[in-house]
This record gives sequence, structure tokens and C-alpha cells, in this order.
Amino acid sequence: MSRVRVLVGTRKGAFICESDGARRDWRIAGPHFAGWEIYHMKASPVNPERIYASQSSAWFGQVIQRSDDGGASWQAAGNDFAYDGAPGAPGAPGAPGEAGLHQTYDGTLIPWVFKRVWHLEPSLSCADTVYAGVEDAALFVSRDAGAGWQEISGLRRHTTGADWAPGAGGMCLHTILIDPLDEARMFVAISAAGAFRSEDGGASWRPINQGLRSEHIPDPKAEVGHCVHRLALHPSRPSTLFMQKHWDVMRSDDAGDNWHEVSGNLPTDFGFCIDVHAHEPETIYVVPIKSDQMHFPLDGKLQVFRSRTGGNDWEALTNGLPQQDCYVNVLRDAMAVDRLDECGIYFGTTGGQVYVSADAGDHWQAIAQNLPAVLSVEVQTLP
Amino acid sequence: MTVRVVLPAALRDLAGIAGEVQVEPRGAVTRAAVLDAIEQDYPMLRGTIRDRHSLKRRPFVRFFACEQDLSQRPDDELLPGAVADGAEPFLVVGAIAGG
Repeated sequence: MSRVRVLVGTRKGAFICESDGARRDWRIAGPHFAGWEIYHMKASPVNPERIYASQSSAWFGQVIQRSDDGGASWQAAGNDFAYDGAPGAPGAPGAPGEAGLHQTYDGTLIPWVFKRVWHLEPSLSCADTVYAGVEDAALFVSRDAGAGWQEISGLRRHTTGADWAPGAGGMCLHTILIDPLDEARMFVAISAAGAFRSEDGGASWRPINQGLRSEHIPDPKAEVGHCVHRLALHPSRPSTLFMQKHWDVMRSDDAGDNWHEVSGNLPTDFGFCIDVHAHEPETIYVVPIKSDQMHFPLDGKLQVFRSRTGGNDWEALTNGLPQQDCYVNVLRDAMAVDRLDECGIYFGTTGGQVYVSADAGDHWQAIAQNLPAVLSVEVQTLP
Repeated sequence: MTVRVVLPAALRDLAGIAGEVQVEPRGAVTRAAVLDAIEQDYPMLRGTIRDRHSLKRRPFVRFFACEQDLSQRPDDELLPGAVADGAEPFLVVGAIAGG
């Protein structure tokens, strides 16, 4: 019988939750790396026992951990994330050999400084290759299981690089999607620069923000500057992208060349996470949040919204979720889906709850109630 | 010359260390030499106490010994004799920050 393994990153350590395919009874192991922030953990699709974890601390910096036994034991891998030159075209600010300068909130230029890894995306074809999205925004790759890291500098060297600016959470590259039909095609998203696409394995990139409209920047339709919170795709249709932007839920059917809004009847279209049903490419999930100032659900009710039409028509899913006095947030990397026949949906909250629905969102139960604030949730479907 | 070092709990966990560690710095017993020796013996600690490239102390890390805060002292300054001869430990401390 199939089983699932849920990888939960929190503000104070990592937890691994396991269940059989029924997804009713759960065993929770952890905390691993107690006291450290675990921004993200993700397993290799090639070798499911190989798990990468981003462990960080304001005191002691970044550590990358690797497990080769499904999270039972870990070893520290490499943590040398050195930028490869200055952003933007030749002549951009920044001396040769330095990481250069980028915009900050008040329009001044500040140095590009590595702070932490937000997201780890293992290769679809090689267990030793893993990509890292980092703050200050850049894309790195390791081809030796995390021991050494090299910047894929074609992204930051895009002519707009020096114009990127941080969002409230920092200037982070938080989303990495690899096209399963063509691994040379990748999508990334940066707060608050926007979405970018490469067709050549990262050598070159182009902004894909046409159709986004962000009222909080001087030119609401600018080429870059949009606070994209999360991208998602279904593996069978990698040219259809879904986006939870700061405000607005968006959709593109041409790999990001053009976007249109699909917020439809959502009660609020601010939010962080978005994901796609494992077997229904037009079924998508978001967790609406009241506003960018409030960062909690509407009316104290935790509601997942599902659209079976690829957006616009949304239904609230509440069965098993708290419907009063709930003021948690669900962060951008804290939703995932399994691949069992009856697709399971998972999300974690800043209140330390991890919820699962074993029936595509119709009913929910808590896997854990009292963990530290959840930063990320990933799910493995195992034989 | 054996120097005793006390690391903060988070770094002891990371390095799989229980209690104090003893390191053998090369040459004069300076802070740089002690940190070099720590990183040689425990490579997973590279980048966690000081920047890998600039070798600057991370902002929330402090260095104490013999009831003195040595955090702002030059890297190549000799550590107190009591540290050099093993009578007193060199303390790497995670600063109290964040309330």
C-alpha cells in the first residue's frame, strides 16, 4: 500500500510526518535541527530517500543538510553561496568580482548580500543535482549533492537585475519550477521582482510579467517589480502557470508570456500559497488572506478555496478547519499535494498546525496542532 | 598548544560535539588561529562563526575569555595567556538578541 511522508519546515526545526495511504493516523518525528529555522525541505524525485533541507539562523547563518535515508539521519553539506559578479548588464553598479548593488525600499542602492536559502528544488533527473533559491535573490545549483554551490548568474545578470527590490519578507527567490517535459525550461519567482523564465537551463532569462498589475509600484504594469508570492503548474501541462501574487490570483496559458486574473469570486485575492491537484490540471487551491497588512484569514475562519475550472469560480472548503477565532497565516511554501489516487492536499500554518485532506479538500484533519510556526510543507508519495 | 573552546549549543549540535572541544592552533594563539583550527577539525562549522570569505565575525556571534569581551579585538592579536595554556576556555557565544 502506498504511503506518504510530509516534510515540515518550521521556525524552530524540522518535522517529518508519515502515514499510510489512508492518511488518518500519523507518526511525527522531530524536531530535527531543533532551534534552527528550516525554510524548506524537499526530496529528490529520482531517489526519494535523498532529502535536502535548508537550515538557517540569524546567529549562525546558512547550513544545507542532506539525508540519504528518508530523514532518519542527516549530514551537513556545503554552505558556500558566493555570488558570481554584479547584476545587470556590463557597466552596472558594483566593482568587478563583487556581488554588486540593488535597489532598496527607499530607492537607494545597497550591496547584494547572501542571507539564506528559501527554497530547494531537486533535479527531476539526477539525485545529486539540486537548485537553491536564495535571499538576496539569486539562483544557485549544486551538482554534487549539496557539497558545492555555483550561482546561475544569467538570472541576476539580466538587464533588470539592478532594479530588483525587496518585498517585506526580503528580496528572496522563493519559487523554482522545472518543466518536466523539458528540463532546460525553468521558471522562478522573486519577491519583489516578478517571474522569470529560462529556456536554456538557466544561461539566459526573460521576465514573464506581462498582464500583471501591481498598484503598489509606480508603474503598475512594469516589466519587473511585482511581488509574486508563488507559482504552480501541473506536470502534464507545464505551459499553464498559476500565480498567487501579493494581490490577485493569475493564470497564464503560454508559459508566462501573458497573464490574466482568475481571482473571480474569491472573498479576497491576497494570499501566499497556490497549488494544483495531482490529477486534475484545472483544479487549483489557494488560502485567501484578509490583506497585506493583516496576514490572517477573513473573519477568523480558516478556509481553503478550490477552483475546478482553473480559476474564477471558487468554492470554500471548511469541513474540519477552524471557523472561529483563527488568525494564522499560510506561507508561500506551506502547501503541497500528494499523488495518491485520491489526491491529498496539505498545508501548514504560522500557528503550528498542519492539515491534510485525503479527499481533495472536502474534509480536513490536523496532522499536528502545536508545532512551531510552519514555513514550508512538502509531500512525498512513496510505494 | 591545546586550547579549550566552548561553542554555543546550536553549533555543538551541528558539529555533533558534547561539552568543550580542544583544538591545536598553528603558531601563535590568536583568535584567527583558534577559529582556523576549529574549522579544520569541524568543517561543518565553516561560515557559521565567521564569514567564509571575508573572515569577519558574524554579527550575532561574540568571543569571550577570562571575563573579557574580545569580540572587537583584532583577529591576529594574541589571546590571553590563560587561554593559550589551557587554563581558561575560549568562548564562542551566540549574542542575546530578539528578546
